[in-house]
Amino acid sequence: MKAFTYEQPHSPAEAAAAAMRVPGSKFIAGGTNLLDLMKLQIETPVHLIDIGKVGLNKIEPTSEGGLRIGALVSNTDLAADLGIRRDYGLLSRALLAGASGQLRNKATTAGNLLQRTRCPYFYDTNQPCNKRVPGSGCAAIGGYSRLLAVIGSSEHCIATYPGDMAVAMMALDAKIETINAKGKARSIPIAELYRLPGNTPHIETNLAKNELITAVTLPAPVGGVHIYHKVRDRASYAFALISVGLILQKDGTGRVAIGGVAAKPWRNVEAEIFLPEGAASTTKKLMAGANPTKENEFKLALVERTLQSVLKEGKSLYEIR
Amino acid sequence: MKFDKPAGANPTDRQQVIGKPADRIEGPLKTTGTAKYAYEFNEEVPNYAYGYIVGAAISKGRIAEIHQLKAKNSPGVLAIITAANAGPLQPGKFYADRMLAGPNVDHYHQAVAVVVAETFEQARAAASLLQVDYVKEKGSFDLEAEMDSAITPKPGEFGGPPQTIVGDFEGAFASAPLKLDQTYTVPDQSHAMMEPHAATARWEGDKLTCWCSIQQLNWGVRDLANILGIQKENIRLISHYIGGGFGGKGTVLSDIVAASLSARAVGRPVKVTLPRPLIFNNTTHRPKTIQRIRIGANPDGTITAISHESWSGNIRGGRTEAATASTRLLYAGANRMTHLRLAVLDLAEGNAMRAPGEAPGMMALEIAMDEMAEKLNIDPVEFRIKNDTQFDPEKPERPFSTRLLVQCLKTGAERFGWKHRNSAPGERRDGQWLIGVGVASAVRGAPITKSAARVRLDRNGIITVETDMTDIGTGSYTIIGQTAAEMMGVGLDRIVVKLGDSSFPESSGSGGQWGAASSTSGVYAACVKLRERVALAFGLNVSQAEFSSGQVRSGNQSFSLSDAAKKADLVGEDEMTYGELSKQYAQDTFGAHFVEVAVHAYTGEIRVRRMLAVAHAGRILNPKAARSQMIGAMTMGVGAALMEELVVDKKIGFFVNHDLAGYEVPVHADIPHQEVILMEDSDPTMSPMKAKGIGELGLVGVAAAVANAVYNATGVRVREYPITLDKYLSKMKRPI
Repeated sequence: MKAFTYEQPHSPAEAAAAAMRVPGSKFIAGGTNLLDLMKLQIETPVHLIDIGKVGLNKIEPTSEGGLRIGALVSNTDLAADLGIRRDYGLLSRALLAGASGQLRNKATTAGNLLQRTRCPYFYDTNQPCNKRVPGSGCAAIGGYSRLLAVIGSSEHCIATYPGDMAVAMMALDAKIETINAKGKARSIPIAELYRLPGNTPHIETNLAKNELITAVTLPAPVGGVHIYHKVRDRASYAFALISVGLILQKDGTGRVAIGGVAAKPWRNVEAEIFLPEGAASTTKKLMAGANPTKENEFKLALVERTLQSVLKEGKSLYEIR
Repeated sequence: MKFDKPAGANPTDRQQVIGKPADRIEGPLKTTGTAKYAYEFNEEVPNYAYGYIVGAAISKGRIAEIHQLKAKNSPGVLAIITAANAGPLQPGKFYADRMLAGPNVDHYHQAVAVVVAETFEQARAAASLLQVDYVKEKGSFDLEAEMDSAITPKPGEFGGPPQTIVGDFEGAFASAPLKLDQTYTVPDQSHAMMEPHAATARWEGDKLTCWCSIQQLNWGVRDLANILGIQKENIRLISHYIGGGFGGKGTVLSDIVAASLSARAVGRPVKVTLPRPLIFNNTTHRPKTIQRIRIGANPDGTITAISHESWSGNIRGGRTEAATASTRLLYAGANRMTHLRLAVLDLAEGNAMRAPGEAPGMMALEIAMDEMAEKLNIDPVEFRIKNDTQFDPEKPERPFSTRLLVQCLKTGAERFGWKHRNSAPGERRDGQWLIGVGVASAVRGAPITKSAARVRLDRNGIITVETDMTDIGTGSYTIIGQTAAEMMGVGLDRIVVKLGDSSFPESSGSGGQWGAASSTSGVYAACVKLRERVALAFGLNVSQAEFSSGQVRSGNQSFSLSDAAKKADLVGEDEMTYGELSKQYAQDTFGAHFVEVAVHAYTGEIRVRRMLAVAHAGRILNPKAARSQMIGAMTMGVGAALMEELVVDKKIGFFVNHDLAGYEVPVHADIPHQEVILMEDSDPTMSPMKAKGIGELGLVGVAAAVANAVYNATGVRVREYPITLDKYLSKMKRPI
């Protein structure tokens, strides 16, 4: 770990300004990912801006009938919130499928959105990695790729986005609220937050430099049954092989987002048209253009089979009702 | 005391303390965080500095140059140790690996340098500034590719002969009416113990004291003396508590060498721990095996031919994984053959991990038995029972001392409800889940080895036991205390147990499932001596004296035990040694594992639903500790079956998933209700304690029982561990 300086501002505007003032600084919230990366010198900020005291820790109704989730609401609190559980069950379930109780207590909404890949080569600083050191190459391509991306990857990077919460937010059409260093606010649809690797895998989001996430807003509830199925090698505390977030309406229409397959949560509204037809045609459209490796091509069949399972489960829930 | 004929009646038969489920005597220290581990002697070893190991960034080649200037000038840095200034270093004895690379690099993350600084953070920061130029060489990392170059190794100290032949295997197999010929693979596995390797070293003149975390202090002293080229007498190792070892902390590894060299260089105590991401490639692991098993049988289920061949790889000088060990004696069969082969690989050293040989060997053999039972259309429990043997199949004149494998299988089948098993695979459903059950036998050798102890009685009637035995989380403290309490006729509350200091009498240490039986026998021998001293003090004939309830009685006379030490402490010290009984008798532990799994019909996810183990391991010294050993091992078996694999990057030549996020072991949610039945037994051929180890037995066979249950659930046979869904998903029928 490299030595760094530290400050704790008291408002989002102060935090954004501090980032502008000190080049090479980073925001830190729960620190559940950043501290590990700093210890391994994958991240080497010279200055940490601890946003733990800037507020932003409330869940409030919006005038549009949705919810506004402060950037610093913990994963535990968000998953347990009654409004979330009642109207956005997918989000609560996705959160609870991630990490462990202790990590969820510490991890925040904004921090979770920005967690970095778990590609093992990204984590080993002896190995080339275009995401860690642009232009150094990619050891994962032709290496151990079982857990890595099957779609949207490039010849420069096949890393996946590891989170669960963002998969649910993708299906829920969440919006990301930010402010920049000058205090100017904007709102970004989550579908436009993450970038595919292309030839710049080190640039993972469309946030501008020093732009700070202040909240995530959810539109008014869309109803339906909400299912999050995370498939992994052990029953808990593991990253997804793949995950499927489904919102299913009684008439068979719905929304679906997939985790563990790409550098971002994967969703295609055009594929959702096929949901009433079933998993096969939906997956065909949703995963069109996939470019898996030999080690991870099983993920494509797994997506389809898992979607089939959750569709069946969703329908059976309507039958029970 | 020499043990060379079967034990008769002795004070341990009373079982007033032994055989009782006593709580761990060190439990409160551990649960309150006050038990001190190797890295935590801050008050006892003040003024310490920190060493941080830099691991090699290449897998094979040599170091061209180490640019040290930036690191040397980094804040707080006291010294940088490399092969160039460390002085001559020899290998140890148990491990073949060199603890410091240079000029050659033998494997990834082999220690290249140790940076010593005032604080841990300074040492780590400076370590990152060390620039090492390497010249890479081509290495061998792929066992499959090296199979043809593998040789039959020379017989070694552990693991039995590399080749065995009884009768005419090839002929009998060729003419067998029913045959199985299959190949199974068990991947490289990591011990992944909770406490990382750690050491604090201090020199006082020529004398080196090292607080460390190793299982065998006697090996540690020997190996550290070899490595540093110093006298054994000048080394003291202290290892009071060990946060798990599983064979991965047998003796001296890089942390201890780094701490010792650093402390000498800076003239201050130095502590070193291995960061988790370094452990997997720097230290040892269970090496991958490729195993071919052939079984020939008559239609009635009688095995007529059985063979087991296994290939593993290692660094030069490393040992072979003796995966054929169990096949030599578990089942009958007139014609038999086993064969081990060893290839050279440039990965980290393969070495002992819990039930070395037997654990991976039985992962293969017990799937093969399941497959063969299916070919024969015989119930797999019945098939095993039919081929039981009460003598060593390689030496019919050598009976098993005790062997209740059949009883274990029958008891387990009854308790588990085996008769409800559907022998047609893939037929049982529960909602979206397919349900299956599986069985496997368990067998593990019961080695016993010399072990010494000292017991001291003081005027308050407190008996202090000292031996350099270690407690790696197994319960050594408690069973040693129980042994002394039973022998001296007092309650466990009168016993103080001191372990893990090489200045104490030399024990067996903890490994190979020999620790419990061996170390308590050493304590038995010492207590026999102390009983003699006590009897003498009271003028009694020891053979007629009864030690009970803190009293010593003989005829009408009765004395308080503590009075024997009224004037001065009484000490008994002795070593238990062994004659030839282990040659006359095959001494092993046995068991049976039953597992129920659910496999998701769509996604292929596996959830273990029920586990039952029946264990037969001599006299059980403490059923609570024994059960803990069993359920811990069963958990490890689930890991081996379903998730544990050190993934080799064959291009770069290293274990890629070298942290605990990448190397998955079971979590609570993976482990269902575990039931353990301990069979009544006592084996007088072992020692006066009549006990055997159980710590490794619990692991052997578990993974195969899981594998067989997965097959029973899905109808898809997976012969390559771990059984992850990508290996069978495409072969699973998709439900409608």
